[in-house]
Amino acid sequence: MNGPLKRAALACLLMFGLLMINVNYLQAVRAEDLRDDSRNTRNFYARYEVERGRITAGDKVLAESFDTGDSEFRFQRRYPEDKVYAPITGFFAPESERDMERAENSLLDGSSADLLIRRSIDLFTAKQTKGANVDLTINPRAQEAAYKALGESGKKGALVAIEPKTGAILAMVSIPTYDPNLLSKPNKDDVNKAYKKLDEDEDKPLVNRAIERTYPPGSTFKVVTTAAYLESDDTVGPETQVDAPQRLDLPGTTADLPNYGGAACGAGRVTLSFALEKSCNTPFGKIAMDLGYDALSEQALKFGIGGDPIEIPLPVVGSGIGPEEDQAALAQASIGQRSNQMTPLQMAMIAAGIANNGVVMKPYLVNRIADAEGGEVERADPDELSTAMSEDSARKLQEMMVNVVNKGTASAAQIPGVTVGGKTGTAETAEGRDPHAWFISFAPAEDPKVAVALIVESGSAGSDASGGQTAAPIAKSVMEAVLGR
Amino acid sequence: MSTPSAEPVLLPAKRRVAQLAMLAFAVAIVMLAYANVGLAIDNQIPAGMLTYGLGLGGLMLAAYLVLAKFAPWADPLILPLVTLVNGIGLVMIYRLEASGMPGASATTQLLWTAVGVVMFSATLIVLRDHRALQRLTYTMGAIGLVLLVSPLLPFIGHSENGANIWLKIAGFTFQPAEFTKLALVIFFAGYLVAKRDVLALAGRRLLFIDLPRARDLGPVLITWGLSLGVLILQKDLGSSLLIFGTFIAMLYIATQRTSWVLIGILLFVGGAVLAGLLFDHVAARFEVFLDPENPALYDREFGGSYQLMQGLFAMGQGGVLGTGLGQGHPDEIPLAFSDFIFTAAGEELGLTGLMALLMVYALLVERGLRTSIAAREPFSKLLAGGLSFILAWQVFIIVGGVTNLIPLTGLVTPFMSQGGSALLANWILIALLVRMSDTARKPPPQAIQDEGMTQVFQR
Repeated sequence: MNGPLKRAALACLLMFGLLMINVNYLQAVRAEDLRDDSRNTRNFYARYEVERGRITAGDKVLAESFDTGDSEFRFQRRYPEDKVYAPITGFFAPESERDMERAENSLLDGSSADLLIRRSIDLFTAKQTKGANVDLTINPRAQEAAYKALGESGKKGALVAIEPKTGAILAMVSIPTYDPNLLSKPNKDDVNKAYKKLDEDEDKPLVNRAIERTYPPGSTFKVVTTAAYLESDDTVGPETQVDAPQRLDLPGTTADLPNYGGAACGAGRVTLSFALEKSCNTPFGKIAMDLGYDALSEQALKFGIGGDPIEIPLPVVGSGIGPEEDQAALAQASIGQRSNQMTPLQMAMIAAGIANNGVVMKPYLVNRIADAEGGEVERADPDELSTAMSEDSARKLQEMMVNVVNKGTASAAQIPGVTVGGKTGTAETAEGRDPHAWFISFAPAEDPKVAVALIVESGSAGSDASGGQTAAPIAKSVMEAVLGR
Repeated sequence: MSTPSAEPVLLPAKRRVAQLAMLAFAVAIVMLAYANVGLAIDNQIPAGMLTYGLGLGGLMLAAYLVLAKFAPWADPLILPLVTLVNGIGLVMIYRLEASGMPGASATTQLLWTAVGVVMFSATLIVLRDHRALQRLTYTMGAIGLVLLVSPLLPFIGHSENGANIWLKIAGFTFQPAEFTKLALVIFFAGYLVAKRDVLALAGRRLLFIDLPRARDLGPVLITWGLSLGVLILQKDLGSSLLIFGTFIAMLYIATQRTSWVLIGILLFVGGAVLAGLLFDHVAARFEVFLDPENPALYDREFGGSYQLMQGLFAMGQGGVLGTGLGQGHPDEIPLAFSDFIFTAAGEELGLTGLMALLMVYALLVERGLRTSIAAREPFSKLLAGGLSFILAWQVFIIVGGVTNLIPLTGLVTPFMSQGGSALLANWILIALLVRMSDTARKPPPQAIQDEGMTQVFQR
């Protein structure tokens, strides 16, 4: 019987061999797929096993994990400042995360390759690995001032403040907003319910208006048209005389372009500076038609409009002046109407670029990332996006924007003892709907510390909302906060 | 008178000290695993560790002493290997219980382990010569059949999770199929040894296959057919496959006829197709086997792939090194403490741990088969071979099932899964193997030379 016994032994060996091969296949080859399968609830538990890093702005903690002692959901996330920073921090939900929580997820949860050394040290010292801490560029005083000024009056809108010389984002507010604490509990049902409610809200509190939505920029866009004009010819300056008819005939159409409220602009021929101060429409329509679509879109591109998508590292939707159509469309685009669509961040970049003598810096939100022991992993390195205009042209434009605040439509943005430059905008939306109120500004003009762009959405500030009356005072309070006044 | 050979005769050694050391090592591994679970879950050494440690250590010491006294020549590796698997099973169950899995109970399992060791010892003490079992061939066949049909009896029969395979007496549930297996293997061994010559030689030739005479094969065929029928009625697919395969393997070992294996495979394929056509739950298992990831099958309420996928997710999560004991979520797998305990181990011990575990099983089977080859008479050979094969085959069916190598049929993982009946039956199985290895390795009586004309036998 030994013969068949040996063959039976061989069969047993074969069976164990098959089992071993299969186990190897499952745990070495297919493991990754099985781990990542959305039905594998372990991913859900794993989210609460690591102490995620903090998100801070200066000494203010915006997001942190705390130890509940619960073995299943040990580390949970909380946001001490709840609504104020929600559009920046985002939230950490059971099955997803958003905004900064998402953009820096691998560093926050410690899985990034950049933390490999830290993890190895932790392994040897038997320490629980903690995620890295992310420090933002946000200036809490500016952020809170903006949140207060924009939010308390019940207005809807968004504000972005940038440090012109670096591109660091000092404030980013979107209102209405939400409480990220509600979306970060480890209870899927609760979170889904809360999320659904927010998602179905007509006011769209989950949308970060500063970077995820575009609006017609209205008259604030005139600074771009002006920049294109200044760049087209060295001799052009604030005192250059431009045509300013009461109505500008739009070739090829029966319509024409009036000034705001159909008003006259000076005596039909005014200085460029005056046209900007009073925000006349006709001179800029005329300038744009003379320069042509290419000149305007090239100038726009230099400010980052229509270029490669920006990440700060939150993804920013694209802005654009619209496709090339006829002269009439061009004239309308030059004053920020028609298919001209901008994110508030984009408008802040324009203001900052002008303030920074024509150099547009890449905007960014992350100042520094350090591992749990304080070792630096990453530090922001300010980077030029482009040179939008020559220093000479930039100085001329700054001078004109200072005039807008001192003598023109933006007098509400004046700060005693500080030279402020700005431009108002009152953008028409649809026929019969209230306009958006815009304001872009920078201060101080001679050594810019802050540039602000702000939109108050249509309808949220009454039917007579205007950049000068509605938006400028809010921007002023943010600039004061940054300047420490 | 011949002079004694100058070369020393190579005799099997008892290796009792080596066995004790290996046993201590196995217990130590289990204790470290316990400590590991406690540290991972509660950040402290579990309070009951000393109790468990002394309990398991004491049990194994007792088993060792019984073995040393009553089967001193037994293979030294068998007991430590079983101890290790039984211990790892205990730790896994303890770990699942600690994370609040309903149904998992390490205390009960430890109690059953104790009873299992008692049965092991009792078998060794009572059964001094396993050939006594040969005389019980037909009795064993009858006992096997009675045990088999008992769950179908009124009052004591008990159904759980759709399978009608339990007995419930005085609050204790009991799975008679586990003992049926043992009884049937003994019956097959006894009967096939008695009839193997006729089975191998007499008969007609049909095409290229030699068929035995019906009256020779009758009793086995009837027993075997009955067991399959009953198990199918009870929806116990795993046990039917187990008994079917073991019967074929033993028939082959007894008759040396490859044709039996071919007939077996043909019958099996035919039977499987028929069962698939007749029974929905068989067809469902097959569907799940082919495409477990299919969301429609995953969400299906009855006979879906949810449990299988949870097991596979666990294994994927474990990866090569595992999450570490107490640090995974094996409690996500339904029945992780019984049918799916192998995947639970896969999550926390990883590929490394599972390979080690499979190696231990393979070694155990190999020691059994070695006993079979070393055995001196046919009944022992066939019984040891059958018992070793049923162990390997059982591991293959359940591990292959939960890892989606073959369709899932549901069986216990020997010595690991929670369950008293299986533990008892398997400890008795091990006692039989140990008894036979003792007989096989015992040196034959030596003729004492140069002592005049009288030969004195010594043991």
